Amino acid sequence: MAASSTAHVDLSQAMNVDPTPLADWLVVMPVAWCILAGAVLLMLRKRTEVQARIGVFALMVLCLLDAALFWRVANEGPFTMVMGRWLPPFGIAFTVDLLGAFFTMTSGLVALAAGIFGRDDVDSTGRRYGFYPFLLLLMAGVSGAFLTGDIFNLYVWFEVLLISSFGLLVLGSEREQIDGATKYAFLNLVGTTLFLVATGYLYGLFGTLNMADILVKAPELRETAPLMTLVCLYLLAFAMKAAAFPVNFWLPASYHTPKLVVSGLFGGLLTKIGIYALLRVLVMLFPVERTELGWVIAVLAAGTMLFGVLGALAQNDIRRSVGFLVISGIGMMLAGIALGSPSGLAGAIFYAAHSMVVMTAIYFAAGIGGRLSGSFLLSRSGGIYASHAILAFTTLALFLSMTGLPPFSGLWPKVMLVKASLDVGEWWLAATILVTGFLTTITVGRIWALAYWKPRAEGAEAAPADRSVPATSVIGLGMLTVLTVVFGLWPEPLIAISQDAARGLIDTSSYVLSVFPGEVPQ
Amino acid sequence: MRTVIFRTVAPYLTSLMVLFSIFVLLRGHNEPGGGFIGGLIAASAFAIYGIACGVAPVRRAIYFHPMAISAFGLFLSAIAGMISLPLSVPFMTGNWMKLYFFGVELDLSSVLIFDIGVYFVVVGAITSIALALEERDRD
Amino acid sequence: MEPLFALLVGALFAVSIYLFLSKHIIRVLMGVAILGNAVNLLIFTNGRLLREVPPVIPVDEATLQQAAANPLPQALILTAIVISFSFFAFLLVLGYRAFQELETDDTDEMRVAEPVDEEAPPLGY
Repeated sequence: MAASSTAHVDLSQAMNVDPTPLADWLVVMPVAWCILAGAVLLMLRKRTEVQARIGVFALMVLCLLDAALFWRVANEGPFTMVMGRWLPPFGIAFTVDLLGAFFTMTSGLVALAAGIFGRDDVDSTGRRYGFYPFLLLLMAGVSGAFLTGDIFNLYVWFEVLLISSFGLLVLGSEREQIDGATKYAFLNLVGTTLFLVATGYLYGLFGTLNMADILVKAPELRETAPLMTLVCLYLLAFAMKAAAFPVNFWLPASYHTPKLVVSGLFGGLLTKIGIYALLRVLVMLFPVERTELGWVIAVLAAGTMLFGVLGALAQNDIRRSVGFLVISGIGMMLAGIALGSPSGLAGAIFYAAHSMVVMTAIYFAAGIGGRLSGSFLLSRSGGIYASHAILAFTTLALFLSMTGLPPFSGLWPKVMLVKASLDVGEWWLAATILVTGFLTTITVGRIWALAYWKPRAEGAEAAPADRSVPATSVIGLGMLTVLTVVFGLWPEPLIAISQDAARGLIDTSSYVLSVFPGEVPQ
Repeated sequence: MRTVIFRTVAPYLTSLMVLFSIFVLLRGHNEPGGGFIGGLIAASAFAIYGIACGVAPVRRAIYFHPMAISAFGLFLSAIAGMISLPLSVPFMTGNWMKLYFFGVELDLSSVLIFDIGVYFVVVGAITSIALALEERDRD
Repeated sequence: MEPLFALLVGALFAVSIYLFLSKHIIRVLMGVAILGNAVNLLIFTNGRLLREVPPVIPVDEATLQQAAANPLPQALILTAIVISFSFFAFLLVLGYRAFQELETDDTDEMRVAEPVDEEAPPLGY
């Protein structure tokens, strides 16, 4: 086929020649906006006084963009934009479905709360190290991971958020932080490299990296190709990112070392990216293999739940205790993925969104509490209730929300998960969820009784003189607390969204159609 | 390492390497080369200058903080993708325009802006790491 | 060609995993460098080793005239090289800082974040 000049080439064979509607830009705007704002903030790194203002403004715009994206997806279904006009599967596609839009929006809200909270929590030294630029770049990575429709691109966004998380982790460069960051960095490197290895094999088998294209090609390849090996590799890689037992040891080694606002962001967002990737790759792309592996994931889930909560029970440091509780929550979401039924997946998705909000808020509350009592150790703190009753009750509400007691948002996903596991007869999984909930209640009850309720011990070193709580901390914490209370009292919209998102993972025809408009749904 | 010969040669070597890096960057428009490799060459030039004459002169010479250079590159690359917005084509589409410059036809594109952005990102990031490592050697 | 490359990739992985098992940061760092190369070669081999012809369309043609090397794995590897390179550079600085601050590169002795002699939590109210 030798065309003599470029004039005779039919561009519509390889390129999208129709003009792109402005609304399609919504799918890349969260990422592009975060990169632009992050770059501007990085250039103004020394101007610490304007950093916070620009950063919070940028995060507000991000929330608006996320809300517009979510609105469009909820009303019109998944849509796609392919970079550089190339037709899929040649160009890198950004495809958003309800799951991606829902998670993007929740993460945007959490980041906004962190941005507001960080204004006073991060001192000007930390700001000069680049708290706000790294926060924005982290959000670019997080949003990119939720929105991309290309599996190699997912890897790239993983790396973007990982590199910015390094920046946030060593903010201030104290000895403790460098120790934690070293372990975090090396073990996460192994995790993402495994992801890359699996993606290399996937390309070798499929010859494509576009998720919709993989969906189309998987049924015929399933007969001949070793897809099970591939899925096991992905399971290991994403379990490592999500801090599932037994590959979770990087999390308790590092999450308590950075500034509390950073811990909150990490505990809220980063592990959920691993859960999102498991949902996307295992549940959506390889459902047959996931069903086969269901019992493995269920055992991992039970192990993660119990290991996490027992670890939390054994800690004296509140921050480390909360770190273990993050792990325990990951087990809950894994249980939903192990079940794989629409109700189980809906429970996992709801739990993930709830956990993003609540874990971040708990770190914030623990940060304020630690600042007030001068120590994060249970054996040396106390007396917060006496001086700051509202803070103590807010913290109690967050704790109860995490354990899954009414009337907070933690109740509903747990109910959904327990019911889903009883529906398929996995009574032991349901029992593990309930036992974990019980142990969590003991853990947080003890933290609250010792650090908040109990009067300060005689002979303990004096509490810090400055016992005021900055307004920004109140706003950041209050935003997230209001969210968990509101969605605990009116859970119907979130339950409906989670169920729709879970259905979108199981019935993928609208996802595929948004990438390949001509494809016949199977 | 800081011999007289090296210290005498280093400034010339550095300036030559920076010049060459720009050549490689622009050559990447149509032939092998480009922002990443160009940026690496420029960053190694600064690293050599740092080894020969110390870190402080390098920081003075590049004037801006390396991370700020990196951020500028990131900004430029993102802007290059956003040029598509008013032209109603998807993000990151290569948009071309022809310029006649003293009778010579020049093809300029958003790809070139993106590549220059990559160049700055690489120069900034690698220089900042190299300088950080060199600084530690001294104390 | 592919079986040979598969063996090479296996050998590189073996070396890097061996180095990763060491408790000294500096060896783990070397493992990181080798691991990056192992993965890149793995992707390269997975894209099939076809021809040594570069997939570049000549100036006066509109399409490729003959079978050429698969360009996609090369693009993937280029991305992966950039990422693993920046990662390695960051880890190098981090490892060096850790050595300076903690005065050890033995991971067994890095117990600042998780102290050995931490107090036990109170057992009663």
